[in-house]
Amino acid sequence: MNDNLLEIKNLSIEYVTEDGRFKAVNDLNLKIRVGETLGFVGETGAGKTTTALGIMRLVPNPPGRIVQGEIIFEGENLLEKNIKEMTSTRGNKISMIFQDPMTSLNPIMTVGKQIEEVIKLHQDIPKNEITIRAEKMLETVGIRKERFNDFPHQFSGGMKQRVVIAMALACNPKLIIADEPTTALDVTIQAQVLELMKELKEKFNTSILLITHDLGVVAEICDYVAIMYAGSAIEYANIERLFNNPLHPYTVGLFNSIPSLDEDVDKLTVISGTPPDPSHLPMGCRFHPRCPHVMEKCKENFPQAIEVEEGHFVSCFLYNKETVKEE
Amino acid sequence: MSDVLMEVKNLKKYFNTKQGMLHAVDDVSFKIFKGETLGLVGESGCGKSTTGRAILRLHEPTSGEVYFNSENILNYNKTQMKAMRKKLQIVFQDPYSSLNPRLSVYDLIADSLYVNKDVVSKNEIGEQISYVMDLVGLEKRLVNSFPHELDGGRRQRIGIARALILNPEFIVLDEPVSALDVSIQAQVLNLLDELQNELGLTYMFVAHNLSVVKHISDRIAVMYLGKIVELTDYKNIFADPLHPYTQALLSAIPIPKYGLERKRIVLEGDVPSPINPPPGCVFYGRCRERMDICKEVSPKLDVKKENHFVACHLYNGIDQN
Amino acid sequence: MEKQKAIKTSSSSVERKRLGFRKLKEIFHRLKKSTLAMIGLAIIVLLVLTAIFADYIAPYDYSTNDLKNQYAMPSKEHILGTDEFGRDIFSRIVYGSRISLQVGFISVGIALTLGVIIGASSGFYGGKVDMILMRFIDILQSLPDILMAIAIMAALGPGLSNLMIAVGLASIPGYAKIIRSSVLSIKDNEFVEAARANGSSDFRIIVKHIIPNCLAPIIVQATLGVAYAIINAAGLSFIGLGLEPPTPEWGAMLSSGRGYIRDYPHMTMFPGLAIVIVIFALNVLGDGLRDALDPKLKQ
Repeated sequence: MNDNLLEIKNLSIEYVTEDGRFKAVNDLNLKIRVGETLGFVGETGAGKTTTALGIMRLVPNPPGRIVQGEIIFEGENLLEKNIKEMTSTRGNKISMIFQDPMTSLNPIMTVGKQIEEVIKLHQDIPKNEITIRAEKMLETVGIRKERFNDFPHQFSGGMKQRVVIAMALACNPKLIIADEPTTALDVTIQAQVLELMKELKEKFNTSILLITHDLGVVAEICDYVAIMYAGSAIEYANIERLFNNPLHPYTVGLFNSIPSLDEDVDKLTVISGTPPDPSHLPMGCRFHPRCPHVMEKCKENFPQAIEVEEGHFVSCFLYNKETVKEE
Repeated sequence: MSDVLMEVKNLKKYFNTKQGMLHAVDDVSFKIFKGETLGLVGESGCGKSTTGRAILRLHEPTSGEVYFNSENILNYNKTQMKAMRKKLQIVFQDPYSSLNPRLSVYDLIADSLYVNKDVVSKNEIGEQISYVMDLVGLEKRLVNSFPHELDGGRRQRIGIARALILNPEFIVLDEPVSALDVSIQAQVLNLLDELQNELGLTYMFVAHNLSVVKHISDRIAVMYLGKIVELTDYKNIFADPLHPYTQALLSAIPIPKYGLERKRIVLEGDVPSPINPPPGCVFYGRCRERMDICKEVSPKLDVKKENHFVACHLYNGIDQN
Repeated sequence: MEKQKAIKTSSSSVERKRLGFRKLKEIFHRLKKSTLAMIGLAIIVLLVLTAIFADYIAPYDYSTNDLKNQYAMPSKEHILGTDEFGRDIFSRIVYGSRISLQVGFISVGIALTLGVIIGASSGFYGGKVDMILMRFIDILQSLPDILMAIAIMAALGPGLSNLMIAVGLASIPGYAKIIRSSVLSIKDNEFVEAARANGSSDFRIIVKHIIPNCLAPIIVQATLGVAYAIINAAGLSFIGLGLEPPTPEWGAMLSSGRGYIRDYPHMTMFPGLAIVIVIFALNVLGDGLRDALDPKLKQ
């Protein structure tokens, strides 16, 4: 079973601040197969973006630091690579799409030039071919090549995000990390961008790590889902299992918190309390202070991931077989 | 539910920009009944927030009439308006920028009382703050904290407490939950619901998230480029959307369910600029069902079915009256 | 109406605590991290104490001539030597700190008051008000500050209060512009709109909600401004437009000593050193405050 493109093992990333050190990512395990889209879901401060930056080796240091773990990409541990090797990986084999298309493009450079730049950096091909490639990329994302010499401010938000996607795809990467790529966009524009991403992922067979807080977006585009809470993945399964049979109390609560469009619910079932402060994480299961099924052992021990059904992992004592017997 | 609390007639709000006249709100009329929640949805720049602010005169409307309890508050002078502000409150989107970072929770909530000195005597202020903090579920120990020490959900509760302390009748909720995490968002939505039942409040809920709007509203108005294109009961909007824009908007919402087969209407292009818009229907450029008349004549918002207002020439033949 | 009843019957109440002190402590805590700023602060505190207790610190009167001891080099009796009239330079510097501090703080006070009024109304109201006020400020600013001060002094005549007015007026533009730009960035915050929604008047919004949030740049600018004012005042006195002898003004001391700089350099060196040290202290303190007050570093 070595079709894993990316495998994260026991990754911990911590930040050191005035008020002490806190772990943003906590013993995280994760994998993405070739051609697969993994939805990476969680609320603010769950460690989603930090993980993404960790994969790119872009965690700002100080205050951030990768404490332990391995990030194995195409069989090699990214954390052991030197700066030069990492630079040639970034943008080439792994590229990133950021949340805000307004700030991730250089305002004083034409969009065509910006795409050319990415290609030039990583590929040794003649200049006129670079231009042809860049133009083709623009057309791939649905922008006429006549707009090659336009500046970012001449594009609308949705169009800019297309340009960003074109840049990300320019070197035909194996993995794209998309950090909330549609959050800043309007619903109808989001629909356009999602359609485009679906199309492109089929066409290029690229793996995508899609960071989002919107389970609706996940349902649209992802194959697998990992639910993050306080720096670790508490549930991982393919989309069908996760959506039809969510197991972790937090995942269940998350689904219940979203107002449904087709059912009339008078009152939403909520998760009580607030997400934990990363600098004061609770002992044991991080979710126990908010959990409706909290048990004694949850307060002391951190539950390990258990494979409840094939390919469906959950970190919760509720699904520990011995516990079930005790009850 | 037949008492009209607020009636807005031909409200316009234009901004003078360098490129020309920006029609943020362009001839909008609607009613809000006592005790109901009117949802106002649309994409960014459609004028929904400006509408909310214009009816409270936080942005002075360019023209139109806003009747509150049958009185046109646009004719009010400064003193009358100040008295009226107690009844008309607003909760803002961003719980970070809407709270003065230099004030403690106590001062933030009490500020409205300080401003309207006649409302309450000084020694009652503490009691009233305690009361509204209870109402919105804020722990009393936080009363002397500063906003930057609190999380988004608590900050938004302060924003709600601040609006409630003047004992208002009507509250504009301007995207009150869109900056919050999903789990916190649900808590705040439930709170708003409870407060409405308990205090008999009337809401105008402005948001871009249709599922949230649907959950909380009794009736929903859909805005596009400064105009209301459809207004009806919350059930109708989803069961029987009439305007092509509403249909596209609904189909664009990602639904968190697996294996849902949906027909998606993907709209071409972007929302056009609201600066000096051409005559005719605002949706003309992106509409799949556009006709010749749409380019020339701007459709009026009319009753086309029971309690169902639409501004679209497709329904020209149908007339309720 | 039911709600009103509920309020009456609710017995619980909350109390407001004064929290200003806590904030000051927080700021001081951050300031402590910068050694330079703390040195600056120590020097300023020392200077203030010197000014207050000048009568006890200074061994001689600042204006008593002692013609037997003219141009004395530093010695046991006169640790910094004496000047051309035999006056003790150390005592004159000690008393001079009073003048410098007065000029520094009062002229900054004048500049700040007018600068805040002009800058805040300009930024808050915008439009025509902004146009007129800012063009006025531009005109003020198009003259070099020191020239402005010279012109004002020439018109008003010498004297301590005129000196303070001249230095104060000349530095208005800097404050007005800084305050205007911070008001512009703060007035778009939703909390300003929230204040409007509860019926607050413009005045209340400016004073209660906007100015407190511009305090950081104002404090920093004012600290640096004190240094600037002291230099300006010294400069004016140096060219003979400031205070008249025998007032122990540091700039005037420099000026009167300059004729003897070859033979008796101590007459210029020590007042000069006093100016340099104070200005240095105020500048590093200002820089330290900027970091301590910067909300971005609060995270």
